[in-house]
Amino acid sequence: MQFSKVSGKNNTHKVTLYALSTCVWCKMAKQFFNENSVEYEFIDVDLCDEKDKQKIHQTILNKGGSISYPTTIIDDKTVITGFRKDQLKEALGI
Amino acid sequence: MTAITLDYVRKRAEADAKTYGYYLTPQPDLLQSFLEGLKVNEERYGYPLCPCRLASGNFDYDRDIICPCDYRDPDVAEYGACYCRLYVNKTVYESKQLPDVPERRPLEKQMRAYGAAAWGKEEKAEAAAEKPTEAPKPEAKKPSEVKRKLWYCKQCGYVVFRDDPPYICPICKAKRELFAEIESKIEYNG
Repeated sequence: MQFSKVSGKNNTHKVTLYALSTCVWCKMAKQFFNENSVEYEFIDVDLCDEKDKQKIHQTILNKGGSISYPTTIIDDKTVITGFRKDQLKEALGI
Repeated sequence: MTAITLDYVRKRAEADAKTYGYYLTPQPDLLQSFLEGLKVNEERYGYPLCPCRLASGNFDYDRDIICPCDYRDPDVAEYGACYCRLYVNKTVYESKQLPDVPERRPLEKQMRAYGAAAWGKEEKAEAAAEKPTEAPKPEAKKPSEVKRKLWYCKQCGYVVFRDDPPYICPICKAKRELFAEIESKIEYNG
């Protein structure tokens, strides 16, 4: 599975973003991380093959999330479904 | 095939919004992104799939999330906007405050986007190994099959051939409860 990594000064948390390349709110999430210099990795699920889609689906469900996009997983435990600025800010301490 | 242009996608969305008394999202940059997403999906899959949802690539499985999706009318009625927030009602349009809209699409239908590989292989593997049946994991539940039926609106007579009746009748706005299945029987002779 090929994640794209984006470096940033705010790198105290491990931030993983599951996105769709066509999704407006996923783009906003990426923009939000970029503007706040948050280090994160992302994957555009719609561009993945079926095997990876299935793995992503299991990962999100196992963490207790729902399979909507964007889904952000912080430090492998906090799952934020949708582009929720307030929740992201609180979880990342920014 | 005619090239799909942004202008074509925009005009189609505008016409649909007008027909149903909705508005397109009030923020021009967001609107542009929605239309671009729809254009990409139409070029990729051959139909304008919701840009905010994952496709299976199979028309029958994706039918309910082709924009405008089956969930738009109940979502606009309840939240003032569709799941993407491309279509909004007048109040939201004027306030420019977009609400949060949770996913209404049932989980077993969402599973269709992941299903083809996963549950197909699992079934084949199980059949080959003939291993004893174990308690199925909830997430491994097979996605619902598409079984189309005829439904009619008891209020206005609108008839639709889909796996589920609409949440809201597109003609008279009656609720789903007012739809009934038309029992059809086909007899073959000879």
